[in-house]
Amino acid sequence: MTAANKALLELSGVGKHFGGLAALSDVSLHIRRGEIYGLIGPNGAGKTTLFNVVTGLYQLDEGTFTFDGVAYAHCKPHVLAEVGIARTFQNIRLFANMSALENVMVGRHVRTRTGIWGALTRHAAARNEERAITQRARELLRYVGIERPHQTLAKHLSYGEQRRLEIARALATEPALLALDEPAAGMNATETESLKALLQTVRASGITVLLIEHDVKLIMGLCDRVAVLDYGKKIAEGVPEEVRRNPAVIAAYLGGEPASPSSSGEEVGVEE
Amino acid sequence: MRNVPDSLLHPGKRNAWLAFTALALVLLALPFATDALLGRGWVRIADFALLYIMLALGLNIVVGYAGLLDLGYVAFFAVGAYCYALLGSPQFGLHLPFWVVLPLGALLACVFGVLLGAPTLRLRGDYLAIVTLGFGEIIRIFLNNLNAPANITNGPQGISMIDPIRIGGFSLGSTHELLGFTFPSVHLHYYLFLCCTLLVVFVSLRLEDSRIGRAWMAIREDEVAAEAMGINTRNIKLLAFAMGATFGGAAGGLFAGFQGFVSPESFGLTESVMILCMVVLGGMGHIGGVVLGGVLLALLPEALRNGAGPVQQALFGKTLVDPESLRMLLFGLALIVVMLVRPAGLWPSVQRRRELIADDGVVQQEQDTVYDSSK
Amino acid sequence: MPLDILLQQILNGLVQGSVYALVALGYTMVYGILGLINFAHGEVVMVGAMVALSVSQLLLAAGLPPLLVLLLSLLAAVAVCMLLGYGIERIAYRPLRNAPRLAPLITAIGVSIVLQNLAMIFWGREYHAFPQMLPSSPHILAGAVINEVQITIVLVALAVMTGLLLLVHRTRLGRAMRAVAENPSAAALMGVDINSVISITFMLGSALAAVAGIMVSANYGIAHYYMGSILGLKAFTAAVLGGIGNLRGAMLGGLLLGLIESLGAGYIGDLSGGFFGSNYQDVFAFFVLIAVLVFRPSGLLGERVAERA
Repeated sequence: MTAANKALLELSGVGKHFGGLAALSDVSLHIRRGEIYGLIGPNGAGKTTLFNVVTGLYQLDEGTFTFDGVAYAHCKPHVLAEVGIARTFQNIRLFANMSALENVMVGRHVRTRTGIWGALTRHAAARNEERAITQRARELLRYVGIERPHQTLAKHLSYGEQRRLEIARALATEPALLALDEPAAGMNATETESLKALLQTVRASGITVLLIEHDVKLIMGLCDRVAVLDYGKKIAEGVPEEVRRNPAVIAAYLGGEPASPSSSGEEVGVEE
Repeated sequence: MRNVPDSLLHPGKRNAWLAFTALALVLLALPFATDALLGRGWVRIADFALLYIMLALGLNIVVGYAGLLDLGYVAFFAVGAYCYALLGSPQFGLHLPFWVVLPLGALLACVFGVLLGAPTLRLRGDYLAIVTLGFGEIIRIFLNNLNAPANITNGPQGISMIDPIRIGGFSLGSTHELLGFTFPSVHLHYYLFLCCTLLVVFVSLRLEDSRIGRAWMAIREDEVAAEAMGINTRNIKLLAFAMGATFGGAAGGLFAGFQGFVSPESFGLTESVMILCMVVLGGMGHIGGVVLGGVLLALLPEALRNGAGPVQQALFGKTLVDPESLRMLLFGLALIVVMLVRPAGLWPSVQRRRELIADDGVVQQEQDTVYDSSK
Repeated sequence: MPLDILLQQILNGLVQGSVYALVALGYTMVYGILGLINFAHGEVVMVGAMVALSVSQLLLAAGLPPLLVLLLSLLAAVAVCMLLGYGIERIAYRPLRNAPRLAPLITAIGVSIVLQNLAMIFWGREYHAFPQMLPSSPHILAGAVINEVQITIVLVALAVMTGLLLLVHRTRLGRAMRAVAENPSAAALMGVDINSVISITFMLGSALAAVAGIMVSANYGIAHYYMGSILGLKAFTAAVLGGIGNLRGAMLGGLLLGLIESLGAGYIGDLSGGFFGSNYQDVFAFFVLIAVLVFRPSGLLGERVAERA
């Protein structure tokens, strides 16, 4: 293995239960540095649960999870953010009453140091840091394409802009892995297209992307590799083309009727 | 153009300076004007108003910035006050200097804040409210009962003959002549408290617009998202709690030194509620609003005390409702009405006003669990 | 401590615990359905006691037989408290149902201050002797003393609690309540009138509070405008101890808290070598509260629910 395709995130035998319900069982996957990795599956397949395990919101019950070669079981979300995993949320969770700029500035928290003393005295280092935070936040807002005045409150942004703002906020933490939970949900075709372009730019800048998505077109057009979850188990993994033809995947999506590979492409991912 | 003063080119800036200077003059002249127009009793009331503003600003850090509802805030005030009272009175015969006991009281309050906050801050908001309320009661019960078998707090009688605040050789307990003016004790305390209040305002302003302040507000807005962004929510919340407690403790020390007497009666739930009212009524998270709330609520009871009796006498021929319960009744009503009609307070910050009026789903999501983040 | 005193403390604890349990049920029902701590609930208990006090004084003066007076004043207190509960919900909580959590909490504090001070204006600051309407001749039970009032308290509490469980688990109304508690929007889709279910929940809780208020006053022979707040706080502790939102939990928590307090107050002197006396009784509830919230926030019978991200 060369450094380039070494696993950045590796899960092996991961299980998570809620009461008697196994939300995840024996899921193993490894995400290579620099790739865009897609995670698909029917509703309730355990995608978001997996996400929450990876970002520390849930603690896994079985298995191991290593990031950049270090095991991180039972870590709080802020620790994982610090080591370089940043996320967005399926149902947007911005700091609604803070400005767009402040939202991104909060993202810089984990990479900056100023404490109470610095806040009170505003000594040179604190002032410089604050200036750098603001500057970086403005850059990121432009980077994700938010054109509005940066003082606009997050909740007054359009839906698409809110999704982008979440990405900007996550990028502000300087992640090695950017985990996006259905970033295109609710977006129109144009918005999805520009999101796709944005994610390609993000990847080009050296950040690995983990993507949960329902929009199969987006997944297929964007991801280097895709894993499919169903009932908490991984049923397929590989390059998009391969996964799309996988009978088990088609069965999972269409309810047990393996369709002919040629016609399946557009059907995969259709939700009721 | 070169000779045109800068202030003429920036009229906004000039107006701000004018307003600032005017305000400063008013604040400086206030005790003398009050003394001449309303009597010395009102200068004393102004002193207490300043103490309350300090307390309200301290609580504002906890409630307004970090969104943690603390119903036992007065406990920290009590800790500061009793620390001063025990170390600077005949109770133990200790007469430590002001500059030792005041910081010590603030520090002790801070320690109490951390001790209370560390185990409880992971709880969801309304549980925290109850726990802090319980903590306030515990402190009060101990103050009330720690007079036997070993007499520590002197029980319900409280501690009297507390040393006046003395800075160097300068005692604030007596009248001084300075620059041809006569400064009675209440005037001196006024200036000291004014300085302290301005310091607290300054600290609040600086914190509000800082990395820490943003982290507090992020937690208030959405704790899960804040933690996912790398904020160590437990520590940052604890910091807010400790800061608030420290201010409370400091204000307590000033209170003890000013009044010369402390008893558990001054530290009941009523006081906690009153401080909370100042924050909520004025405008949570907005310094101007909180100061306004503090001024209004500190003066209102006095106005009631002086006005309600005679008015009732005139109307009904006797005093039907004693001013104290009328005051509390009005507080209670004000809390309800403000929350229903003007949920962001009388003078809210622009952002907070928008927030409390809108119903956003973010808050709803936390309804299902005791913890703010899952274990 | 001798055995008879131990037994006495246990009996006292059970009596006090029955009262806590009834009040705790009110907290837990509202919490279960709205996810909200009804801060004003303790004051409803006080109002119940005060109304019963006034009505019974009036009727006893008119020469009615004590048992009938007790019944009538109970009915009056229950009616007033139900109305009060309904009003509190309509004024202080319903308009804020979609507001941030802090808002209804603050109005609730407001309501409780208003009730307390209104009561002080109506009934004055003084302690009122609560008329004795049941015979209270002491019975000796294995060295411990218990009287009719206390026996009645325990029996009535048991009856009321059984009735409530039947109501919630065996009737249409109970099913609607459980549905709203589980998922309000789904319940609404199924044709449940959420608003009236919530109103009824508040009224039921307030009725229990009225009963509890009379019990406390009858037991101690005293009614006072301030009696509700600390009782409310302790009953809330009981609800948390049992697992808030859980009816059986509230009952269990109430009884346990009564026992803890009574035994704690009885033994603290011995345990601390005489340093702390029984005047620290009120502290136990708070320590229990903090301990439960820290170590088992879901309470004894509650389930821990993971947050949906």
